[in-house]
Amino acid sequence: MKKDLLGISDLTADDIYRVLETAEAMREVGQRPIKKVPTLRGKTVVNLFYEPSTRTRTSFEIAEKRLSADTLNVAVSASSVLKGETLVDTAMNIEAMAPDMIVLRHSSSGACHLLSRICRSRIINAGDGMHEHPTQALLDAFTIREHKKEIAGLKIAIVGDLLHSRVLRSNALLLTKLGANLWVCGPPTLVPPGIECLGAHVTTSVDEAVRDADVIMMLRIQQERMQGAFFPSLREYFNVFGMTKERVKRAKPDVIIMHPGPMNRGVEIASDVADGPYSVILEQVANGVAVRMAVLYLLAGGVEDETAA
Amino acid sequence: MPVVLDADRMARSLARIAHEILERNSGPGSIAELALVGIRTRGVPLARRIAKSLLDISHHEVPTGALDITLYRDDLSSHAVGPQPLVRKTEIPFSIDGKLILLVDDVLYTGRTIRAALDALIDFGRPKAIQLVVLVDRGHRELPIKADYVGKNIPTASTQNVQVHLMEIDGRDEVEVLP
Repeated sequence: MKKDLLGISDLTADDIYRVLETAEAMREVGQRPIKKVPTLRGKTVVNLFYEPSTRTRTSFEIAEKRLSADTLNVAVSASSVLKGETLVDTAMNIEAMAPDMIVLRHSSSGACHLLSRICRSRIINAGDGMHEHPTQALLDAFTIREHKKEIAGLKIAIVGDLLHSRVLRSNALLLTKLGANLWVCGPPTLVPPGIECLGAHVTTSVDEAVRDADVIMMLRIQQERMQGAFFPSLREYFNVFGMTKERVKRAKPDVIIMHPGPMNRGVEIASDVADGPYSVILEQVANGVAVRMAVLYLLAGGVEDETAA
Repeated sequence: MPVVLDADRMARSLARIAHEILERNSGPGSIAELALVGIRTRGVPLARRIAKSLLDISHHEVPTGALDITLYRDDLSSHAVGPQPLVRKTEIPFSIDGKLILLVDDVLYTGRTIRAALDALIDFGRPKAIQLVVLVDRGHRELPIKADYVGKNIPTASTQNVQVHLMEIDGRDEVEVLP
């Protein structure tokens, strides 16, 4: 592993397998009566979140605490950012207090790369704009492997708001590295140009994407990032692209349905699918803790090209 | 340096240890309290072999688990260069509360692995007692730790390397001392 985890694009297939195997062992820690190991004792981890988050921030915090790291959350809504401090200044001030790792979520793509260049601390990307969300892709891969053993050769359909989705980018990079047959589907206005470079088949037909799929991954319609009308109405979107029981029937009988959350029920996914027998959505959340523990553990080790430390 | 323990002598050492375990824990109900925990990697097959011997001798099945101590090592942050060691699964499929735990490892050297294993075990519950079983004691302790059952004491220089090969992992049973 490198100094930081900025994106799946920095990882080799071997790195990915190493994280997934380590996560297997970390999951066992979460099943013990005492869910804590002393591994990161004395290390300080700062969770710096510039965007709202429930799942990812809680998941990182639990992972850090289970490894005995000292953690603190900087809630940007109550910080000097409101007084006009820049990201770099905030980061340099946090850095002056010598944390070992910074977990950053930011609305601008590349924010983590910026900090990576100026910080001595390890940087973990917890989502940067429309770019990457590597730990989400890793926990998705972990969940898929739990059900399907190997990712290579699976037909995986990712359906929804492709344009604004960092989850899509990280997943597409990871799943194609591991040899999946990846299909992506969304309304033409929400398909980013050049997406086929990621190695995915592109379609605007949900039926084609879902046909004989092993895995269906739904993406949230990210209205907070939408300036302009990408589709006529949410009801119209659901009618054409929403995942319903009838559409799930076209997939393989042992298909699993995934969603990175938060869900818009009745927009991209029907409630009876989200809560139905094929859904592994809450397993994804549970696995997130083990996968983030693995990432924290592996990044706490040394790196060969370390210069600043 | 030569082979210091061959397959035949290794088997006899383990059988003797099994007898010693039963002798020392012969009180009423004691055998039902026994449980074996092998330290990964090579403590695990050794624990299984001792369990098999105990079954043959006493017709009692002793529960057996596997412990990975990587997350409890005291040298993780001092390894500033080089990647983190691989973490493997700990599998202890029984409650250790009130049990007499026989902790099994291949080589006893500095004692630091055993220190980590004791910390790890205690996070799983409160055993009645913990006894230490090792195939080889090579000396050079850095912590106040002593084995209760030793297959063979092998005096070594700290520059030497003791290698245990086991059929289950390495395809042969043998202990070598390498210069």
